[in-house]
Amino acid sequence: MKTSAEVVIVGGGIIGCATAYYLAKRGVDVIVLEGSDHIGNGGSSRNGGGVRQSGRDVRELPLVMYGIKNLWPTLSEELEVDCEYHQDGNLRLGKNDKHKAILTKLANNAKGVGLDVRMIDGDEVRQINPYLSREVTCASWCPTDGHANPLTTTLGFYKMARRLGVTFISGEPVKELRVIRGKIRKVITPNNVYEGENVLVAAGLDSREILTTVGIDIPMTNSLLECLVTEAQPHMFDQMLGTAEADFYGHQTKHGSFVFGGSSGLERYNKDNGMVSNSAMTAPCICRGIMKYFPDLADAKIVRTWAGWMDASQDGVPALGTVDEIPGLFVACAFNGHGFGIAPAVGDQLAELIVTGKTKVDLGDLHYDRYKAKI
Amino acid sequence: MNSVNDRTRDIGPFVPGPDDDMLICRCEEITKGEIRQAVHDGMWTLTEIRRYLRTGMGLCQGQTCSKLVKGIVARELGVSPAELEPATSRVPMRPIEMRVFANEADSNKEGE
Repeated sequence: MKTSAEVVIVGGGIIGCATAYYLAKRGVDVIVLEGSDHIGNGGSSRNGGGVRQSGRDVRELPLVMYGIKNLWPTLSEELEVDCEYHQDGNLRLGKNDKHKAILTKLANNAKGVGLDVRMIDGDEVRQINPYLSREVTCASWCPTDGHANPLTTTLGFYKMARRLGVTFISGEPVKELRVIRGKIRKVITPNNVYEGENVLVAAGLDSREILTTVGIDIPMTNSLLECLVTEAQPHMFDQMLGTAEADFYGHQTKHGSFVFGGSSGLERYNKDNGMVSNSAMTAPCICRGIMKYFPDLADAKIVRTWAGWMDASQDGVPALGTVDEIPGLFVACAFNGHGFGIAPAVGDQLAELIVTGKTKVDLGDLHYDRYKAKI
Repeated sequence: MNSVNDRTRDIGPFVPGPDDDMLICRCEEITKGEIRQAVHDGMWTLTEIRRYLRTGMGLCQGQTCSKLVKGIVARELGVSPAELEPATSRVPMRPIEMRVFANEADSNKEGE
């Protein structure tokens, strides 16, 4: 079995798979180690499928805008899989003045970095999506946002990276990194020791513990989110949806089913702490939220629910790029529950960073060394 | 399970079969040939097959096809079906209307 490569990637989620793919396209020799039995088994397979710019922190906007402009439009052809990418806009919905204030602030911030997003009133909302209830009085509207299928996209990156010669090994949970003569070198699992000239840690929540073994600590914690999916419905609309208070978010898939994500608000105190499991109260809570916005969906049947961890960082944006203390080490974690839409851009730019030492999009605001004590 | 699974292991080429058109997952209309091809694309676990193709994601949630899919994937990989973990079963047990599911709590009583 192959145990050394130019780049060893820790984590076989969409970030790891996409980076592996873009590295392999540049002719780089890569090993990807996935801790669980399945490729893309964390947030990559458990998210609501948003490919969204609006509502994001301005520090990560340039990167996601780069991906939506340059990578997403041709991704299905490139990966030879149907990513089910729809670019039909995102409505972030509000019902009162408080919501309007939240949405207006987000929209103004995004406009400041050049995103086409604007506030619209309830009537215009219902012209875009006639199924929304009269309770909706405002929304932010970003026409270049959209959604895609996280499962086929993640596994599509995996399939193509593997076809280009990337070695993927699942069931290899990385426990320790080791620095040799001032440079990152060894990646250690309970079964094997791997070696790489460069190591990328993209293991979601587990990144924190792995990076701690070389003295790097990224302040992030876990937070549970849950999703549900309905049986197939007649085609209703193609926009991505969210709400000001994040009661729920989701879209109608190509298959016809609706995928909605959300939370009960009690996740931090879950008695199953440490397990990715559904709470009996969350899916019904999401249903109540949805029905207030979409009365017509009350008779849609829920066929399945699932849960996933998000890696929530102290300031809500990812840690991305080089690590000053350790040459050859790269991080890509703490995507805070919205890593899917940004993943192709992250993979493309990380591959460029690893190969050339530079990126087209400035990653400075996302560098991990921004975490400092407040005084 | 969590055992080391090197996805570069040679499982041989995809050889078309006379029954590749046979529907295996009836809810989502997935054929035997599509399942076999997915294994050669790298989908080596039943969870990956399911996420890649939607087998077992339809109305019956895999109650009809999961055993058949397991047999096909195992044969393609050259392993015993007993070595393959089934995909996760998920709540609710049966499809349930949103308006019924929502009754878990009465939102009116919560002062909304």
